[in-house]
This record gives sequence, C-alpha cells and structure tokens, in this order.
Amino acid sequence: MAFDKNSNSFTFIFATVLVVVVGTLLAVTFLALKPAYDENVRREKMQNILASMNVKVERDAAPAKYQELVKETLLVDAEGKPVEGDAFSLDVLKQYKDWKAGVLKAEDLKYPVYKATAEGKELFVLPVVGTGLWGPIWGYLSVESDGRTVFGSTFDHKGETPGLGAEIATPVFTGQFPGKTFTEEDGSYAGIKVYKGGTGTTDPHGVDGISGGTITSDGVSEMLLRTLATYDKYLKSVVAPPPPPVAEPIVADSLAADTTLTTSVNP
Amino acid sequence: MSTATAAPAKASEGLFSKKNRKLITDPLNDNNPITVQVLGICSALAITVKVQNAVVMSLSVLAVVVVGNMVISALRNMIPGRIRIIAQLVIAAGLVTLVDIVLKAYVYDVSKQVGVYVGLIITNCILMGRYEAFAMGNKVWPSALDGLGNSLGYAWILVVVAFFRELFGNGSIMGLRIIPEAWYATAGGGYFNNNMMILPPMALVIVGIIIWIQRSRNTKLIEQA
Repeated sequence: MAFDKNSNSFTFIFATVLVVVVGTLLAVTFLALKPAYDENVRREKMQNILASMNVKVERDAAPAKYQELVKETLLVDAEGKPVEGDAFSLDVLKQYKDWKAGVLKAEDLKYPVYKATAEGKELFVLPVVGTGLWGPIWGYLSVESDGRTVFGSTFDHKGETPGLGAEIATPVFTGQFPGKTFTEEDGSYAGIKVYKGGTGTTDPHGVDGISGGTITSDGVSEMLLRTLATYDKYLKSVVAPPPPPVAEPIVADSLAADTTLTTSVNP
Repeated sequence: MSTATAAPAKASEGLFSKKNRKLITDPLNDNNPITVQVLGICSALAITVKVQNAVVMSLSVLAVVVVGNMVISALRNMIPGRIRIIAQLVIAAGLVTLVDIVLKAYVYDVSKQVGVYVGLIITNCILMGRYEAFAMGNKVWPSALDGLGNSLGYAWILVVVAFFRELFGNGSIMGLRIIPEAWYATAGGGYFNNNMMILPPMALVIVGIIIWIQRSRNTKLIEQA
C-alpha cells in the first residue's frame, strides 16, 4: 500500500475531501431543483386560495385558474388600512413566527387580502395563521361581499395528530364554516369560535371542534378570533354603506381594449 | 492489518450466483431487518398510516441503502478505520438529504406527508447496519445486492402493515375507498373507522402478528430455550 490509510494526515485529508464532495453535491442538487420546489409551493398556495372559494383544481391547473378568478391582491396593516407591498409573496407564516419570537411588533404585521370572483360572487380571501398542538396551522377563509359571511374555508397544518387534530384539514371540519358570520347584526365584532368537539352548536359565530383534537381546535379558534379582528376593520372600511366608488380598471376590459387595438392595426 | 482484503476474490463468480441470490432472498424472510433483526422499527411505526407513504419511504430507503452500500464498498479500502462510522454517517446523511430534495421537487404532496421521516432515514439502523456489517467488507456488486435485499425485506413489512392500518383506520387502500361510504355511521350505517389503527401502537401490534405468523411457519427462527 502506497499510503498508510490510518495515519493522522490521511484521516484528515479523507474527512475533508469527503465532506467537501458531499457538500458540493448537495448544494448543486439543491440549486438545480430549487425552482421546481418553489413552483410547487407557489402553486400550492394558489390551490389553497382557490380551495377556500370552493374551487377545486389540480395543482398543475392552479396558476391558470388563479389568474382567471383572483382580480386583485392587496396588503392591509394592523389597523385594516391598505399599505404598499406584494401580497402574494408575503410569507404570513414566517411573519407570524417573527411576531411570536418578538422580532416583529403586532402593529407592524401585514395582512394580505385577495379579491376574487367565484360562482358569480365577489369574495375576499383572507389568509389566517396560528398555532396548533405540534406546530403551525394556517388556512384561508373566503368572505362574501357583505364583509361578514363566510363563503368557504380551507385549513392546513404542519404536523397535527393524524385522525385527531389533523382533521381540521378535512371537509367535515371546513364544511361547517360557510354561512357563519364573524360580526353581530349591529356590526360589532364577534369572531368565529371553535367549540369543544361533539357538542353540536347552533351559534352563528361558532363551529364544532374536533373530538380529541381540543388543542388544535383551540388553536383554530384563537387564530380566527385574532386575525379576523384585523380583517374586520378592513372589511368594514370597504363594504360599509355607502360603498366607496371602486375606480380600479378591470383586467378583462383592458385586455379587450388591447385586442381591439391589435385587430384595428392589422388589416 | 486490513480486514477488507482478507477474502481473496474469486474471479469467476456469476453476477447471480447462488451466494449472490441468497443476499437478496435472505433478508426477505430468514434475516428480515424488521421482524428478525428488529431494526428500523421507528419508521415502521411512524409512516405506515397510508400505503402510499410506506411505498415512498421504502423506495427512499432502498435508494439510500443500495447507493450507500455501493459507495462505501467502493471506498472501503480508503476509509480510515478510526473515522469509518463518521464517514458512513456523512455518506448516509448526504444521500438522505439528496432524496429529500428530489422528493420536494418532484413529488411534493408525498414529500409533505412523509416529510420529517425521510430525514430520519439517517438514523435508521438498517442503514448503518448494512454499511458497517456488509459494505465495509465486501465488493461493490454483492454490497448492492445486499442493500437491495435488505430494503426489500424492510419494504414488504412496511407495505403489509400500512395495508391493514389504512384499510381499518381509513377504509381505503392507496387512497381508493374500499369500505363503502354508505356503511359509515355518518351515512346511516353502523361502521366506524378504527382510530386505534392510525396511532403508532397498532403498528407495533401488527408487526408482532407478522413476527408470530413468520415464526410459526419458519421454525428455525425460534430461539432455543
């Protein structure tokens, strides 16, 4: 043998080379596949937003459907006033974690709003984020144009107990939300509460929780109470009578105008 | 000094000689990593709620064990004795991370489901067991076969356990509904999914039943008192 493989110097060289080779391999693969991963995450987000409006699409079809249905996105601040920024790319989960960790103050949080149309209704889609039993939970709630009635919902979680807390992601749970309201008739804020599982509830501001998933259910309850309070301020400001004139150009019209222009130029 | 060079290579051994075939068939029954060696139990309990997860997990382990075995076998005469476990761990961790990245990019849904457990393949004892016990002392081809055999032995147990857990815990197989909706109590029937099946202890019970059946049929596995 030309070298002593058990010598100290060879041991060091071997360890260094091995780690550098493995590290490089991983870094290259990660960079090569990152666009595909990011695209998956983006499409899943669109898919979730659509699902909250009861529009079920395959992930591959999500971007097209999203373009078709979502008309406008905006960010509002903690007081419900619109602010500058890109709503779609805001990572609400990261923002929530930063807030929990004390990096961000509550008044610095931003809240995305997606305005969309489904089944002929104008809807507001509102992302919500909270904490379950084992980790974060999140979801989207679509609200009708009256600004208080829930149209649909979708929830997801990082690692709630299968069969128990994880049931928040199933239609059995989310199906209870349509028709619920989070303000009283007189306009005061009520939130949406999740009651202890199996009791059955007729509360217009409450749903039945998951039996055996109490902590996850409480997490959903807290998440909705807290987040909807901010969105309620925004929604009151835009749907309160008299409705402010909406002067924004509609995408479909500007597209139609473009087409006319093109056809008139080409003989 | 080196133990790896102790066995002189036989020049004319066929690729699928009796000895090599045994490397694949042995771990399926007589030397099964889960039911006989009782390794890799952690993942067998955790990801067998659904058949699909079990299949993906098995394929991931298969890739990591086979490729890892080959890499380590190829390097076996170079890996310094004192850091051989660390070197094996680096290779295992590298391969597992690679699998994780690939799953995230190409089968995103599955990767979300098996998420954390793919990372835990690193700690799967089957891996280190095969690397240390076989790949460090054998040539590349037998090492690949050994990896294949052991991961198949792991895979079939996982899939069988997942089959029963998904069937009785969720009423479906591979996501296809087997027990009709109409049987359920919510639809007026009298049937309930067994929630116990979804929880890890039932996986242990099912593994125990498999071991029982296996030993009653294969009496040489029974320890002499």
